[in-house]
Amino acid sequence: MFDFSLITTWFDSLLRDTLGLGDFLSILIECVLVGVIILAAYAIIAIVLIFMERKVCAYFQCRLGPMRVGFWGLLQVPADVLKMLIKEIFFVDKADKLLYMIAPFLVLIGSVGAFAFLPWNKGAAVLDFNVGIFLLTAISSIGVVGVFLAGWSSNNKYSLVSAMRGAVQMISYEMSLCLCLISAVVLTGTMQLSGIVEAQGDAFGWLIFKGHIPAIIALVVFLIAGNAEANRGPFDLPEAESELTAGYHTEYSGMGFGYFYLAEYLNLFIIAGVAATVFLGGWMPLHIGVAQVDTVLDYIPGFFWFCGKTFLLVWILLWIKWTYPRLRIDQILKLEWKYLMPLALLNLVLMTVVAALGLHF
Amino acid sequence: MYFILLITVLITAIVLVAAAYVIAKLIGPRSYNRVKGEPFECGIPTHGSSWIPVHVGYYLFAILFLMFDVETVFLYPWAVVVKEFGAMALASIGFFLLVLVFGLAYAWRKGALEWK
Repeated sequence: MFDFSLITTWFDSLLRDTLGLGDFLSILIECVLVGVIILAAYAIIAIVLIFMERKVCAYFQCRLGPMRVGFWGLLQVPADVLKMLIKEIFFVDKADKLLYMIAPFLVLIGSVGAFAFLPWNKGAAVLDFNVGIFLLTAISSIGVVGVFLAGWSSNNKYSLVSAMRGAVQMISYEMSLCLCLISAVVLTGTMQLSGIVEAQGDAFGWLIFKGHIPAIIALVVFLIAGNAEANRGPFDLPEAESELTAGYHTEYSGMGFGYFYLAEYLNLFIIAGVAATVFLGGWMPLHIGVAQVDTVLDYIPGFFWFCGKTFLLVWILLWIKWTYPRLRIDQILKLEWKYLMPLALLNLVLMTVVAALGLHF
Repeated sequence: MYFILLITVLITAIVLVAAAYVIAKLIGPRSYNRVKGEPFECGIPTHGSSWIPVHVGYYLFAILFLMFDVETVFLYPWAVVVKEFGAMALASIGFFLLVLVFGLAYAWRKGALEWK
């Protein structure tokens, strides 16, 4: 199994020992490099996901999707991003200008912050705290404030309704999201994301196999709640275009709008990535207990395992989005408070019993 | 070291947005007229202030959320140690959950979960 931390420690020693830079300078260079890598990964993932969504939805509806710009429409999304970048950013006269400016920052802080937690390979996670999952949910919920402020400050009645819906929906579904993650923590005994992945290394050790029934329930509830948390699929009430124009980002122009759009796709990726890490073993290859097969599977880099699982889950979420019609606000709240949350609580108790009695594999 | 990285990540996010604002300011077109400054809403001019009272149901769910979110915060540290402490941890959290489920049942019975 390739350990990415070999590269990072080598680079660190290169800066400190070979080039003889001081503590401050080498840490500064490393931090700038980390920032650039995050930005590049964030942009690439966003572009890939937007393209994927357009093509997948087109094929679900028997269309071709973007075909004109570049081969098979491949340059469509970069062209769109470029177009948005050079648009004028203007304000609504009566808007609350300060909050209006701050909102995209908050949405992006929540999204980039959570993105940095994803473990791509052994040793290749930017943030790897021992309270990882807890901090991940804490940081990603900053985005709610951004969505709410964007809708509130726009001085637009539709945006206000959208902000209210977005806030109540995102905070409600956050609970079943947390409860599902907690039931995974119960089984692995650690909140550190790398520790959770390491704990899934034995034969059929992915949590979904290890924890059987409660883990499968947790994964399904997590995906439903995550879909609602990212304002997507049948839960896209805050930006219900047939009733609220574009919801909370109606009054944003240029890249101000673009960031809400990017953050939505990145949140989708983060939900799928966390689900893949916690329940499907992250970068851990599937081990089946036969030494020869395990060795062969270990040769496939962890990066590909992680991306494969994550994009599989993204594809399932897209499938859900393009299959079901939009729910009403009362149906959404009823689903969360009367079905998903009691189910997640019950599932947590079940998982605890399974973990305490050693009924898992 | 991790706190430096956390701050780096936050600064990265801020730089990402700020850079786009600066670029748009530098190379974007600029023009202004009175109609452009009006909110778009649904396409026709808006009437009155937009900061109007909204349905109280949203507030009710936010209050309920506070109660249960604090619960999940308490559950995290418990989840880490539950395997070590075994029956003791199970009993103590069982009591804690019982109180909370009672709270949820009360809210349910009182009709706080209905959208009116």
